[in-house]
Amino acid sequence: MTAVAVDRPGRPHVAHTRRVSTLGIILIGLWIVLALLLVWALAHSITGDRLATFGGRFFSGFRTTIELVVLSVLIGAVISVPVAAGRLSRNRIIGTLAYCYSYFFRGSPLIAQLFLIYYGAGEFAGPLKSIGLWWFFRDAFNCAVLSFALNTAAYQSEILSGSIRNIPHGQREAATALGLHRWVIIWKIVLPQALVVALRPYGNEVVLMIKASAVAAIVTVLDLMGQTRFIFSKTYDLSFYLWAALFYFVLVELLGRAINAIERRITRHHIR
Amino acid sequence: MGELLGLLQFGSKGWGDELLAGTLVTIALSLATVPVGLVVGFVVALGKQSRDPLVRVAAQIYTTIFRGLPELLTLFLVYYGAQLGVTALFSLVGSNFQISPFLAGMVALGLVLSAYASEVFLSAFRAIPIGQYEAAAALGLHRVRTLRLVIFPQLIRLALPALSNLWLNVMKDTALVSVITLNDLLRQTSIAVGTTKEPFFFYTVALLIYLVLSVLASIGIWRIDVWASRGMVRR
Repeated sequence: MTAVAVDRPGRPHVAHTRRVSTLGIILIGLWIVLALLLVWALAHSITGDRLATFGGRFFSGFRTTIELVVLSVLIGAVISVPVAAGRLSRNRIIGTLAYCYSYFFRGSPLIAQLFLIYYGAGEFAGPLKSIGLWWFFRDAFNCAVLSFALNTAAYQSEILSGSIRNIPHGQREAATALGLHRWVIIWKIVLPQALVVALRPYGNEVVLMIKASAVAAIVTVLDLMGQTRFIFSKTYDLSFYLWAALFYFVLVELLGRAINAIERRITRHHIR
Repeated sequence: MGELLGLLQFGSKGWGDELLAGTLVTIALSLATVPVGLVVGFVVALGKQSRDPLVRVAAQIYTTIFRGLPELLTLFLVYYGAQLGVTALFSLVGSNFQISPFLAGMVALGLVLSAYASEVFLSAFRAIPIGQYEAAAALGLHRVRTLRLVIFPQLIRLALPALSNLWLNVMKDTALVSVITLNDLLRQTSIAVGTTKEPFFFYTVALLIYLVLSVLASIGIWRIDVWASRGMVRR
């Protein structure tokens, strides 16, 4: 009796069922054509004097994007700790406050939050000057870092509190039974296990932050996107956006691969 | 405070009607984007589990690209790129045609959504037990009917939690389309700010409207979830 071939989308296929179809050749051919067009457009846009005029700008934009993301993610991580603690708190009022913070920043667009801080601060220039904070809000870069940090803190607090909640309760009970102090339990038992689980979501959050940071260009921050917009406004050559796309893409891909490698390394004791 | 709230009046004195119009554009854009993104995402997910390795690779490239680019950049590429293409096309014919920001936003956000949605559908497919396919085959169902009658209803239930997050993301990403001059909520707010010089008040109102939209969307998703799990036994 021969086995009935069952079509099962979603199931890994065994090796002998592999076959190359016309559709596959067309689709891959399409991607190859697009890739060649991309290479042509990228190469075409580069001329000696353009490189001299805009090359430096482009790379300084790239550096600004990285600074923006690193600062926001780090500051956001610091803010996320008390918020996550609030989310885990048994006190209902603290829990609600932390939830409201996280819902507010996750439920509205980042660009609107950025506008609120950047343009809103302009309205309060007088009072801000009198308390000596105006130097901070005057700079669009600082406003972007502040709003990105507040935003990512909301997401990071969800990641942190979620992964801590996922640690089996027995772990804490065992640690308590061993007579460990509660701070030792948090540092040595709970956090190390929680952070292994949290690594991938954290990595995703950084990737999302890199991509979202492009909106800073709208409030005149000269990050990669901002410099690209500037160069586009001078040259009307769309291929500079393709260059920017390439840089963002490589950044995001490298980060994704690094996270994968780290995750494989730190979970190598797990039985798979 | 009363003075500020007066700015939200409807009619010629206040900005209430403008903000409402912007809100409707925001809602319309997200409602228009989601079906496109989901359908394309579903097709890409089918491609990712094709028997043909070339189709699988092609589908994977699609996802990798549109998940790896900033949404704003995708939007610019689609908007300016399409404009360039359309201008070139119509200069041959000799007429003038402008690509609408709404359409560009729909296409760009649809591309991004479909890339994420395909991953969601893929993992939902993988969560369906193989016995379901075998049972359907034993009943003599053709593969399309298997997909429609057996797999798809379960797929919705499995994919819904992740899809609902994507839906909220789309709604928030529509704010980006204001940058290419779509008169959505954010742009109407910015126009109001430009006239009244009350940025803090108006952007706060806009954020609150976005929050209300998020809450409404969550309620809608919850109702779909109830409907999709109606066949499930509560344990």
